[in-house]
Amino acid sequence: MTAPRSSVGAALREGFASIRLTIVLLLLLAGTSILGTLIPQNEAPATYRALFGDTGYRFFRALDLFDLYHSWWFQLLVLLLAVNLVVCSVERVSRQWALLTGKTPVPDPRRFEGAEARAAFEDPRAPAALLAAVEPLFRRRFRRVAVRETQTGGRFLFGESGRGSRWGVYAVHASVLLLLVGGLIGSRFGFDGFVNIPEGETVQTIQLRNTGERLRLPFAIRCESFTVRFYETGAPSEFRSRLVLLEEGREVLRRDILVNDPLEYRGITIYQSSYGTLPGREVQLSFTSRETGMIYTREMKPGDEFAIPEGLGTFVLLDLRPNASFRGSPVGDAFVGRLIPREGEAVEVLLPVRFPTFDRMRRGEVVIAVEEVKQRHYTGLQVNRDPGVPVVYAGFVLMLVGCYVTFFRAHRQAGLRLEPHGGGSRVVLAMTANKNRAALPSAVERLARELRRR
Amino acid sequence: MTSSILLSATTWVYGLSAFLYLAAWVFHRPGLEAPASWAAAVGLAANTAGFFLRWAESYWLGMGHAPLSNLYESLVFFAGMIVLVHLVVERRTGNRVIGAFSAPLAFLAIAYASLSPNISDKIQPLIPALKSNWLIAHVVTCFIGYAAFAVAFGVSLMYLLRTRAAAPGRLAGRLPEPELLEEWTHRLVVFGFLFLTAGIITGAVWANTAWGRYWGWDPKETWSLITWFVYATLLHARLVSGWRGRRIAVLSLVGFGAVLFTYFGVNLLPGLHSYQTTG
Repeated sequence: MTAPRSSVGAALREGFASIRLTIVLLLLLAGTSILGTLIPQNEAPATYRALFGDTGYRFFRALDLFDLYHSWWFQLLVLLLAVNLVVCSVERVSRQWALLTGKTPVPDPRRFEGAEARAAFEDPRAPAALLAAVEPLFRRRFRRVAVRETQTGGRFLFGESGRGSRWGVYAVHASVLLLLVGGLIGSRFGFDGFVNIPEGETVQTIQLRNTGERLRLPFAIRCESFTVRFYETGAPSEFRSRLVLLEEGREVLRRDILVNDPLEYRGITIYQSSYGTLPGREVQLSFTSRETGMIYTREMKPGDEFAIPEGLGTFVLLDLRPNASFRGSPVGDAFVGRLIPREGEAVEVLLPVRFPTFDRMRRGEVVIAVEEVKQRHYTGLQVNRDPGVPVVYAGFVLMLVGCYVTFFRAHRQAGLRLEPHGGGSRVVLAMTANKNRAALPSAVERLARELRRR
Repeated sequence: MTSSILLSATTWVYGLSAFLYLAAWVFHRPGLEAPASWAAAVGLAANTAGFFLRWAESYWLGMGHAPLSNLYESLVFFAGMIVLVHLVVERRTGNRVIGAFSAPLAFLAIAYASLSPNISDKIQPLIPALKSNWLIAHVVTCFIGYAAFAVAFGVSLMYLLRTRAAAPGRLAGRLPEPELLEEWTHRLVVFGFLFLTAGIITGAVWANTAWGRYWGWDPKETWSLITWFVYATLLHARLVSGWRGRRIAVLSLVGFGAVLFTYFGVNLLPGLHSYQTTG
């Protein structure tokens, strides 16, 4: 029962070898891509419900229209195009194999008789003598040259060049495959994440964009500083992060990054992507003595100690606690410190940034309040690994070279007949090409002129 | 700024050139064709001078960047490239009727830049995302491609008018021979396709250094790919399936529609190329 199977295989092969399929797939890809630019992609469900209503939302979601370019059916179209392209190319290459590799026999002189681009002239020298004069020129102009003696005692020179240009279109097709393979490598073995690092802090884990998972990097990143510069117009001119990379606590690289100037280390690339401000860790605190009403201010950062005058004790600033809560209610970002009075137990003091008078509730001898928090920046970094990039870039180069060769290089063949004519020769030059035939007559004319001068 | 004056003068010279080309065709005054070509050439010279002067001016203002950074500058460059491509085609074909369809496109592009109240001709400093050596390579390749597609659009339109089923009227009858139009539609599309490919590739490499990905399905990227698909379809239909004539001309019009949407329409959609709209 091999016959039906092979006929199915043949039908499949024939189907995939069809240029009509290529055109349908290209237009389908174009059409569905348009859809993806009209429907906002990867938004929150609520946004879509507001846009399309609940039924519309569920219908579109079932069709994967909210992440269209990663949907199974879009990727299937791309895969079909790739199979179509491979089958078509293999089919054509095997059909043209002799032509592509130059294993074709030297064509018969008669093949050039019908050529439109031709020139003829006479020369006093006999064919054999003339051949010696023109052959070197022919060999310079053409890559492959063959000489034959004709039945009438004349000579026939065949020359061809640009045969390799017939490979151009397959180079373009191969480049498309390289792009797809590169993309696949990137999505399978790479990652795409981000991390926000406040100035002065070090992180080693980033968050992945598509899954939201956390990933530990083989090195830690410290942001020494982040600066924004502005033009006089108020538009930003430069975002700069001063980064230090650390391996097991040891500094291995120190470099500034800018937009358009990322940093690469061990296959991982770090890009300047965004920035923002955070309450800083440096804070100006005021200490009000309940007894005398005197106010003492002090700038502190976590770890600093302050011996409050009037013997009111020692205050140690411990930390900034983001989104703190007090007895179960949220109070926002708050500093935490420890107050060690002259006598008695040390107490923990909570100083919410938003409520400066909060500490009065403690009813201590001294009221501590947050006067001013120095703002600090955090830098938003894009952290990627994409081992597919070299493959994709190779595809880019191949595609450009292939397109140029396909469209602007031609496979040209020339036939030069030197026939005995009186005591001398009658010379006929004719050329054919597989494309850009409009340029042939002038090429023939030029070559004929050069030949006559010999 | 002197460059602005020079570039608004260019607008009127292109307008004059378009008018002369159209008058020569419509009123059958072949004597106007040579002045039309000269006007186009003079306009291109002024356009080029304005472009480089603006570049110099941005240095004098302490910004120092190529004038390819916003809608005004890209339209001015686009207009110049259309005229350049058109003049080359005119020289190679020896036919000056083609100008009646391509010179107006150049005029519309630069007039939109000069006259639209929404487009500022002020030289602005570069935002960080645009500070890259890829800016020039990307914009120049894209707009050479777009300009070739624009002239191809004009030539295809002429082909469709020339080959209407009804016998061509006097106007359509004065258009170039269909074979010439068909041949040049193909040549221009091929040329544009090479540059569009280069434009997408330089854009991808740039995106990879700026945003950390060479492709992200941003609407502008997607639309450039849609344009690429349309012209790839045209080339395959012609070279492999042997399509000729009207069907190819229609695909060329559709392709230019995609070019226009990639250029202008995308600004209506949200995306990373949004600096195109401001100024």
